[in-house]
Amino acid sequence: MKKIKFTLNNKEVEVNLSPGMRLLDVLRDHFHLTGTKEGCGEGECGACSVLINGRVTNSCCVPLGNVQGKSVMTIEGYTKTKRYEILKEAFHFEGGSQCGICTPGMILAAESLLSLNPHPTEQEIRIGLSGNLCRCTGYNMIIKAVQLAAKLGEGLW
Amino acid sequence: MFDKNKSTIKIDHDEKCSGQALYTSDIVLDDMVYAKTLRSKHAKAKIISIYIPTLPEEYYIIDYHDILNENYVKMIFTDWPVFAQNEVNHIGEPILLVVGPKKEEIDRILEQIVVNYEVKEAVFDFSNSKIQRGFKKGNILLAQNETAFTFKETFNTGYQEQAYIEPQGMIAYLDEDKVTIIGSMQCPYYIKNAVINTLGYPSDKVRVIQPTVGGAFGGKEEFPSITACQLAVAAVKVKKPIKMIYEREEDMLVTTKRHPSTITLEAFVNKDKQVIGLKANVALDAGAYLGLSGVVLARALLAVTNAYTIPNLDVSGDVFITNTVPNGAFRGFGSPQMIFAIEMFMHHLAKDLNLDPFGFRLKHLVKQGDLTSTSGVYRDPIIMDKMIQKAAEISNYHAKIEQFAKENTFKGIGMSWFLHGCGFTGDGESKQIKSKVRLVKDENDLVYLYIAAVEMGQGAKTILKKIVADVLDVENDQVIFDNPDTDFVPDSGPTVASRTTMIVGGLLARAAEKLKATWQKGQYQEVFEKYEQPKYIKWDEEKLHGDAYPAYSWGVNVVEVEVSPITYETKVVGVWSVYDVGKAIDERMVIGQADGGIAQGIAYGYLEYMVHENGVLKQKNMTDYIIPTSVDVAKTETIIYDNPFPFGPYGAKGVGELTLVGGAPAVALAIENAIKKKVNRIPATPEYIMELVKK
Repeated sequence: MKKIKFTLNNKEVEVNLSPGMRLLDVLRDHFHLTGTKEGCGEGECGACSVLINGRVTNSCCVPLGNVQGKSVMTIEGYTKTKRYEILKEAFHFEGGSQCGICTPGMILAAESLLSLNPHPTEQEIRIGLSGNLCRCTGYNMIIKAVQLAAKLGEGLW
Repeated sequence: MFDKNKSTIKIDHDEKCSGQALYTSDIVLDDMVYAKTLRSKHAKAKIISIYIPTLPEEYYIIDYHDILNENYVKMIFTDWPVFAQNEVNHIGEPILLVVGPKKEEIDRILEQIVVNYEVKEAVFDFSNSKIQRGFKKGNILLAQNETAFTFKETFNTGYQEQAYIEPQGMIAYLDEDKVTIIGSMQCPYYIKNAVINTLGYPSDKVRVIQPTVGGAFGGKEEFPSITACQLAVAAVKVKKPIKMIYEREEDMLVTTKRHPSTITLEAFVNKDKQVIGLKANVALDAGAYLGLSGVVLARALLAVTNAYTIPNLDVSGDVFITNTVPNGAFRGFGSPQMIFAIEMFMHHLAKDLNLDPFGFRLKHLVKQGDLTSTSGVYRDPIIMDKMIQKAAEISNYHAKIEQFAKENTFKGIGMSWFLHGCGFTGDGESKQIKSKVRLVKDENDLVYLYIAAVEMGQGAKTILKKIVADVLDVENDQVIFDNPDTDFVPDSGPTVASRTTMIVGGLLARAAEKLKATWQKGQYQEVFEKYEQPKYIKWDEEKLHGDAYPAYSWGVNVVEVEVSPITYETKVVGVWSVYDVGKAIDERMVIGQADGGIAQGIAYGYLEYMVHENGVLKQKNMTDYIIPTSVDVAKTETIIYDNPFPFGPYGAKGVGELTLVGGAPAVALAIENAIKKKVNRIPATPEYIMELVKK
């Protein structure tokens, strides 16, 4: 079997696994990166969000073979960035996390949105995060957190 | 030292943002194996035989033969088997587990197992009543004699799925001869007691540890006891750590949901257009086993008059057994069904009397000193007048409802009023739960909270720490609250019924007072505190008579909608709420509960649709079963009023459930205002709205 090479959290990696495996399982079981969560396994809830080439993607729906030559960033890699610090502070301040199971995915969705649109309107944030389900917060505090992050992180995105 | 109201940083915030928080599925133990469940394919059948293929080494079958003591899950009613024994009563009922090291091999074995059934006739209608409860207030016959006008209506409510984002998960292992359980749960001691009963072990041979919990909403109240009992039995046999994580589809198909209900209300109105009597009947669909359904029924019945005073009542209800997945705890616990029905009913009644519903309801609003539905007393000040006025003001309710009623724009606004009894019903806290809390101070003067309360997102860790730190007048980080482990924490009760802040927080405040009074710097100290019911509470559980709750929280919700005149889809465009939770220990956390609770409550009223067909649930994943996304939820404005409850810590009452129970009637009333037809059923789906509009 051909090895699959990709960048994981800014490091080159090479794995000898079936290309049909779900990226989610490779991340959690092979690399022990458990910050990527499984909520539904069918691309609806967004708990398994990762960034692939900077865009938020449900890792439960991505076969490993698809990330050959691409850059994959999980929450573990993203926490090392200044942008993460800003989002974390903003989520702190606005109370954007409750049970926390959606939070890493939500933060990566926010990153993906802000990197495309550093000054989103409320409606643009709602649409940008609509692939990530949260059952605790009713989303308002998350939306406020993203608005605040856009302000605090002026120039970062 | 700090304003209790002011919001503090949630203590588990960082680990949840960074993905470091460990949930059940993230935990890996040495030599761990996996388990998966073989389930009934029939709604009702006798099991004739089960063919098991030859198992590869290291693979095991676990079924009822392996139960060491009793094959039922210990909860309020003891009718729910750990594993099906000779018969199955619903589709998805667990028959056995396959346990082993490789998930693919487990699947292969499951596919080869053949169960021979003798299919029997299943029951899906309300014909098999297993529990009947009821109560009376005043004299309904006298009310009937004075009646100038009677009005009767029936309401139907559907399933609601908790849809926590973290599915159910459980791990069991042997630590020498002690069975240890780790799992996603709300009630460590429910699990401990259930496992003790299944294994027949002494108390000190069962340990339950709670890791981070990814949402629960009642769905992890009693259900995890089942998987814990199954895995405990398996761990004793296999002697390796065993993990069982449900996939979403399995979770949706087999775990407990909110009870579907049919509620009939009949009002007796005198010549002054005052409701002097109300007859009510509630039918709850328990599914195949009773579980907690009797208690859910009681809460539904007790909420019959909601925030209104009606002097004469005749209230009855049944729990019906059907061959469907068992229903159970879900935020609100019977009260959302009843509050939907009575709020719609009061509106419909006013309209039939040609009265303005707002003024009509105001005439019936509860006042301090009135008798509750069960003839207890509303002892504490009630500030609903002020709250209703405020909600109307911030939402511009009066102008909008008048305008929308005149126009044909399919826009509407609705307002619900409601209450929620805080804590366990009646004497449940003193007779069943008997909460105990423990505070330990070490030689470094760090104070540890030893309680069984579970942080599941609601902020229990932050709030309870804050209460103790404030009483002791120490820094917040001098107080430590780790996740419960039953080897160290006493039973402070389950994390349910909006009781954690009021009851457990109240006990902790008292324990902290004790510790403060005896504080010796640099010395190890330990204090205990246990629940004592306020002396004035009198309750007759048999007759459902007296003070059903020590305190009530109150709320007003306003929802504005636009219904599409083409597709009949409802869009929620505004949400306004005013709550009396006694005192907010942390305002941001209360608003977090409020935002999330009302989103769930509104969605129950118009969006979340689940049905079964001959016992087969038609919605089995998050594609079929729609919960709100960030686009479906409207901007929410919430105001919290102080109205301290003398026995709550700093005056706090319950929060969690209150914020859900008013959502469905508020959105249904808004839809009614928009389409100018009476809504008697939730969820008010586009199909139902079309039916009403075209009628």
